[in-house]
Amino acid sequence: MSAPEHLHALESEAIHIMREVAAELERPVLMFSGGKDSIVLLRLAEKAFRPGRFPFPVLHVDTGHNFPEVLEYRDRRVAELGERLIVARVQDTIDAGRVHDEWDPRKPGSSRNRLQTVTLLDAIEEHRFDAAFGGARRDEERARAKERVFSFRDELGQWDPRAQRPELWNLYNGRIRRGEHVRVFPISNWTELDVWRYIEQEELELPSIYFAHEREVFTHDGMLLAVSEHVDPGDAERELTSVRYRTVGDMTITGAVRSDAADIATVVTEIAATRVTERGETRADDRTSEAAMEDRKRMGYF
Amino acid sequence: MAATRQLLRLATAGSVDDGKSTLIGRLLLDAKLLLEDTLDALHRAGTNGTPDLAAITDGLRAEREQGITIDVAYRYFTTPRRSFIIADTPGHERYTRNMVTGASTAHLAVILIDARNGIVDQSRRHTAISSLLGIHHLVAAVNKMDLVDWDEARFRQIEAEFSALAHRLGVENARAIPISALHGDNVVERGAAPWYDGPPLLEHLEQVDVATDRGAGPLRLPVQWIIRPEDGGRGARRYAGQMAGGTLRPGDEVVVLPSGARTTVTAIEQLDRRLEAAAPPDSIAVQIADDLDVGRGDTFVGPADQPQGGREIEATLCWMAETPLRAGDRFTLKYTTRTLRATVDSIDALLDVTTLDRVDPPEQLGLNDIARVVLRTSAPVYADPYDHNRTTGAFILVDDHTNDTVAAGLVRSVRPGEAHSHRSPDVTWHESGLDRGERWAALGARGATFWFTGLPASGKSTIGARLERRLVEAGHPAYFLDGDNIRHGLSGDLGFSPGDRRENIRRVAHVARLMADAGVVSIVSLVSPYAADRELARELHEAARLPFIEVFVDTPVEVCEQRDPKGLYARARAGDLKSFTGVSAPYEAPETPEILIRGAEEEADAAVDRLLAELERYKPHD
Ligand SMILES: Nc1nc2c(ncn2[C@@H]2O[C@H](COP(=O)(O)OP(=O)(O)O)[C@@H](O)[C@H]2O)c(=O)[nH]1
Repeated sequence: MSAPEHLHALESEAIHIMREVAAELERPVLMFSGGKDSIVLLRLAEKAFRPGRFPFPVLHVDTGHNFPEVLEYRDRRVAELGERLIVARVQDTIDAGRVHDEWDPRKPGSSRNRLQTVTLLDAIEEHRFDAAFGGARRDEERARAKERVFSFRDELGQWDPRAQRPELWNLYNGRIRRGEHVRVFPISNWTELDVWRYIEQEELELPSIYFAHEREVFTHDGMLLAVSEHVDPGDAERELTSVRYRTVGDMTITGAVRSDAADIATVVTEIAATRVTERGETRADDRTSEAAMEDRKRMGYF
Repeated sequence: MAATRQLLRLATAGSVDDGKSTLIGRLLLDAKLLLEDTLDALHRAGTNGTPDLAAITDGLRAEREQGITIDVAYRYFTTPRRSFIIADTPGHERYTRNMVTGASTAHLAVILIDARNGIVDQSRRHTAISSLLGIHHLVAAVNKMDLVDWDEARFRQIEAEFSALAHRLGVENARAIPISALHGDNVVERGAAPWYDGPPLLEHLEQVDVATDRGAGPLRLPVQWIIRPEDGGRGARRYAGQMAGGTLRPGDEVVVLPSGARTTVTAIEQLDRRLEAAAPPDSIAVQIADDLDVGRGDTFVGPADQPQGGREIEATLCWMAETPLRAGDRFTLKYTTRTLRATVDSIDALLDVTTLDRVDPPEQLGLNDIARVVLRTSAPVYADPYDHNRTTGAFILVDDHTNDTVAAGLVRSVRPGEAHSHRSPDVTWHESGLDRGERWAALGARGATFWFTGLPASGKSTIGARLERRLVEAGHPAYFLDGDNIRHGLSGDLGFSPGDRRENIRRVAHVARLMADAGVVSIVSLVSPYAADRELARELHEAARLPFIEVFVDTPVEVCEQRDPKGLYARARAGDLKSFTGVSAPYEAPETPEILIRGAEEEADAAVDRLLAELERYKPHD
């Protein structure tokens, strides 16, 4: 076998998890952000279910602040796969008066990130989804270390750390009550580097922003934010420089890294040598407080 | 394949304050696996310039506030040699539950021991649970050696005690390493003890050979999912699952359990790749030569080395819920990809969690208790002893009200199962003085009962009669007990009310059992529409330790009605026949028959082949 054994073991485990969910739950959905983790999930779904169709649609929660390159990638990739895409828009949730917009283009760092939760839960309810695959990994953040592969949410989408089930062997218990749902993280045991190596091994295409490109950016709170219609740098100094992205979120809060790495192999080398965690470097939202992630998880965030 | 395993899953365990968090922090720090922002946070949490290593493994805020960790946490690190997944299991209230969970997937366990305290009950518990869960590699990290001035005698004493403990529990690969997690000696770098000539902990973890021979042992492939291709070209169904034992190659003959059907694997695939061979942990999809009824929960096994089947599981159970377990409690049981119902028949012994010795059976089990139990399942299970296979020998119990996972189970053995005998109170059974073995040996045959159930005209009698012929032609005494024929004599006094039907079934079941006991294969063909009645027949046989093979001939009612050889459906439709099954009386389909025959699709002879194969399985192995 040419693939490194540990990646092969992680891949087999993830495929097993996806098939268990497809078999034991009635209406799963795959949450797709356009980011590298969810791109890996799509690949794993192909390995689990081809030559059949995916036994679930693909769901994207669109804040309206995505990188255009990511939206283009999303539409193309889903069309290539011939699977069904559902787009749930935060703008619709705002228009319906369900939430107030928290984003202000003149306030760099403000975003609709928190609002996604409501849009997501609405979509889950509307389509009566009972399982939602996500690309989260336990190595992303300390609070995730105890997250289960099957993470149970009550009718309000909330997560109770005490009420989670023990996960023994590869025997997952997917039983839920009506109205509840479960978030499933097939790549829980992968590290950031595993994800990059897998992308390299499988020769997966990524949205172009993952590779070095010229972009107008400015520094806000120690991060390089892109100048765009969604973010007005005000008086901050702008510069045109070569950057790439390490994670993909909203343009309003995702920081770029200075880099000339134009292909996967170079990116992998850079990541392997990096001295800062993925979230610390590129996610304004997660740096706000140590417990930020935990709070959002309780509320039903991804 | 002799390559070393590059992914090592390890569990860590220790009592509070033994220094487990410090050790994990030290491993990550010295192996240069902590990134700058994480390190900054540790420095902020620490005092005067030394990082607070224990803070690395801190998880949820509630725990930070209470200053304790409450569950299994997973950490990841990679060195040039290996990738590691650490299941960090704390030693608090739910210690057994957590440790069992963390250990269930581990290849190796690191047990923290405070050099000042030596081996305490908690260390014995951790060692015992590791061995119980099938971990063959143990490391005692004898920590805080700096506080005992790196006293070699102290270490050797703990080492000797630990190795005796491991040996007694049957773990062959155990070693002790003297360390100071706080100062970093012998964790990643060598340290303060010139007398210690072994490797530091990390080096040991990188080198220890935990590779069980990949693909050794009997073939086990539980079916998870059926892939039905959409495009006609690649039309064949695929059976998808993760290899749980052995090696599978295209061309291999396999048996499908529980049906017992045989077929040949024609292709093994992963997406666009065709594989020459598959072994654990590969997730694959296979194609087979025959059009069989294979579904989720079935398992492909090799013809030579099949798992024991039966409805009685003798198991070791770790109870993980706050509410106690009592004999008689019912649960949903999941093993491999199969889910069925199970009742706890008896709690036979509690295990002392520090020694695994048996102590007297308790009335009930509490949280963290580990016990020997017997479970009865709603359908036959085919499982391996956990000692032979950690995947096909493991199960969980799920509470049907809370949906919680309440127990982890390790199979010790599977037996055919006994049921309660239904004896008439005032009559004692006359033993003839001959034992069954002698009688069967004289006859050169073994008794058993096939119980055909299904709608009128579904094809029961056609297949049953053909089975009788095939058996007799092969020199095996067999007798076909047709429902209609029995109603002419033995049950001539009975009508078709539910009570009369039950009585009819009771009589037939007893006749079949007596004949089977005599060494004949009884072939019963009865509509027998009620599950409870069929269950009674089954229990009668199981109480007498006689094979009972329920055969469900599942033919759509429209097809039966079209066939209607005796014109009964027509009469029922016309209202001539009251309570006619399928028209004006219900039929409760068996959920888990031993054999399912799709009467509209399968050829009678093919069905008979499968029935004969099923019978083969009841032959003693040696
Ligand atoms: N002197 C000394 N102290 C240690 C050592 N390892 C851990 N400690 C201290 O023991 C205490 C408990 O350690 P911690 O890692 O939190 O224990 P845990 O409960 O097992 O995770 C802390 O104050 C550590 O600094 C060691 O090797 N030597």
